[in-house]
Amino acid sequence: MKNGFSVFIAAFIALGASWCGFVLAPLLQLGTAKQTAVLVSGDTYPIQRTGDATLGLQVYRANDCAACHTEQIQQSGVAFDVVLTGLGKNPMAVRSAIQETCELIYKDNPKDKNLYDMLVEHLSPEQPFSPATILNSVTKTIADSASDKITAAGGKVETHLIPTGADISRGWGVRRSVAADFLYDSPVQLGSQRIGPDLADVGARLGNANWQLLHLYAPQSVVKNSAMPPFRFLFEIKKIDDAPSPEALNLPKEFAPPAGCEVVPKPEAKQLVAYLLSLRADAPLYEAPFTPAQVSTNAPAK
Amino acid sequence: MNEISQQKIDASCRVPLLALFGGATLWLVVGLALSVVASLTFHKPDMFACCPFLTYGHAQPAANDAILYGFCIPAALGVMLWIFARLSETELVLPLVPIVAANIWHLGVFIGIVAILIGDSTGFVWLEFPRGSSVLLFAAFLLIAISAVATFGQRKERELYPSHWFLLAALLWFPWIYSTANLLLASGHPVRGVTQAVIGWWFADNLIFVWLALVGLGTAFYLLPKLAGRPLHSRFYALFAFWTLMIFGTWCGIPQGAPVPAWLPALTSVASSLLIVPLIAIAIIFCKTVCGANVTCKGGPFCYIKFGTVAFLLSGLMLISSACPHFSRIAEFTWFEQAQTQLQILGFFAIVICGAIYELLPRVMGFGLPFPKFVRWQHWLFMLGIILLVVSLAVGGIKQGLAALVPKNSSNDILEASLPFLRASTLGLLFLLLGSLLFAANIFVMTFKWKLALIKSVIAYIKSPLETAEVKP
Repeated sequence: MKNGFSVFIAAFIALGASWCGFVLAPLLQLGTAKQTAVLVSGDTYPIQRTGDATLGLQVYRANDCAACHTEQIQQSGVAFDVVLTGLGKNPMAVRSAIQETCELIYKDNPKDKNLYDMLVEHLSPEQPFSPATILNSVTKTIADSASDKITAAGGKVETHLIPTGADISRGWGVRRSVAADFLYDSPVQLGSQRIGPDLADVGARLGNANWQLLHLYAPQSVVKNSAMPPFRFLFEIKKIDDAPSPEALNLPKEFAPPAGCEVVPKPEAKQLVAYLLSLRADAPLYEAPFTPAQVSTNAPAK
Repeated sequence: MNEISQQKIDASCRVPLLALFGGATLWLVVGLALSVVASLTFHKPDMFACCPFLTYGHAQPAANDAILYGFCIPAALGVMLWIFARLSETELVLPLVPIVAANIWHLGVFIGIVAILIGDSTGFVWLEFPRGSSVLLFAAFLLIAISAVATFGQRKERELYPSHWFLLAALLWFPWIYSTANLLLASGHPVRGVTQAVIGWWFADNLIFVWLALVGLGTAFYLLPKLAGRPLHSRFYALFAFWTLMIFGTWCGIPQGAPVPAWLPALTSVASSLLIVPLIAIAIIFCKTVCGANVTCKGGPFCYIKFGTVAFLLSGLMLISSACPHFSRIAEFTWFEQAQTQLQILGFFAIVICGAIYELLPRVMGFGLPFPKFVRWQHWLFMLGIILLVVSLAVGGIKQGLAALVPKNSSNDILEASLPFLRASTLGLLFLLLGSLLFAANIFVMTFKWKLALIKSVIAYIKSPLETAEVKP
């Protein structure tokens, strides 16, 4: 490097390469992304936010909620459940096929013995038939071979895809977050630090607007020992005029305002709650598939 | 170079440097004070329940930006101007331009910080300043760069010194990344969806890791040989570190678990592991230049720059570790990443720049520091503060990450695993704040003394009897 120009060229090449890689390429790949189809149902996803929820994103931004909350659910892998949905015309053959496959799998794992005994009891001929999870959280190969054997015996089975990971077991979401979840967000508030819980699916998890308002005004009133700072500046403490406002918060005693007063949410609080309720990353997508929970499933463990 | 011309060169930098350092010092104090305020939330969550300006979500980004944009960049630009003038053996070219630019820059930072506190930030990490203020910062940077490049062009020795490479590259780096990020994110038509996040990460990595490394190492490579009294070891290693740092460092920003196409975090993972190459080169340069030098340190500028360089190596190792997929499963979303950022900004960059300012300011001003003892005290306070802050955040982060891997832990349990460490980090911040006050005392008293002397000389000039030209009979 003998002169300034060569330094300039060196820096230009190095930074230009990463600019092409991390600015231009993502723009070409994702910059024109459109709504995608939800698996199974075929609906389009995501739906653009409207009204208060759109404004709520700006309240979320202005208070930098992303300093403490992420909107990214992590997933470590997938597991498969095999669910028996029908015994077909030859229940005896199906039962013995199930017994055969399950014994093989559960034998190695004494922890599952209990589960296996319950399954056998559940499938005994005296009981009326109801759908049952035969295999719980197994790999794709095991699930496939089991489902092949049972289908060959005439039974009807479904294989359910279950995302795994600490976030999902904790109930923060049903699948990992993907790029499609943020298609209409601006600014995208992914966050990088979890001082509080992840909010990617909070609308599905804690969908009660009143609970959310109480939680914003006095987090400790609904979550014991919560370390979240209260956002009381999003609320007004008003004197009750003639009749109490229908919007007033129904607070427990130790958090209630003085007698004759009521706590009413300002528009910002209502917008923020509308935004939080709109956070639902619960659609199965091509890049993040899962089998939605079915109401009729009756797991033997229950 | 003889003594008199060196004094002339130093004197030519005086006013521009004072303009840059004065505001920078103020922002350092403000930023650290805001950091303390932000961390108070972990001692008493409902502290700012009715005061929206100082909640964690407002104070934390404001503190970060005040330290980075308010202190680090303008102070570094001042140091850069001085190094360019010294290396070129010429007086600063266009000295008026940096003076104007410094005021524009600090005005921009002021607008930006106020905007963040009143909830008008853009919502992108490290790019929180609204459009008006980022335009001012961009313009001010270009103006200072013009003066720096013009001084560079006037150099007497045509051969470049390694510091030249690092600092020149930094002059190109910042306008490029700052304009790209602002145009694509904070303009009226931001890009779509998660691309915003990718560009934000690219910008943050290039600013916090690469830019700070370029300027900090450029400064260290200039001052370390000077202070150690022996030449830089060696030009070849420096060139190697320069290239590899630029090539691998720019690809390190994407978090491992990000909801983006998988090739992006994979590239980051590869580039980060290759980052060990420049780190080793820099460690060799550091050891061979510094170790065994017959200089006692005594808490002076030499200590500052030595500590800063070691902190850079550690922060680089932390960056590598957090891009390793196995470790990132624990460290992601925890305080560990914050620890790395703070080590990079405060432990490496701020300390190198403070050391450089202590070294150059007495020369530039032409008189000694008013409180020479404060230099050593500040060194100890900063060292203690940074170790307390970074170690407690890193250990707290790992504990938090391990707790998060257990599904039955609620978010409260996870936070509680790290809460004692967070509280300890407040103490580290207080030490840093105290140290920055000592720094401010030195800088401001020095500026005041200089202004006083200036006024005195003006008064003396006015009072002095008019010189009458001798008229030849």
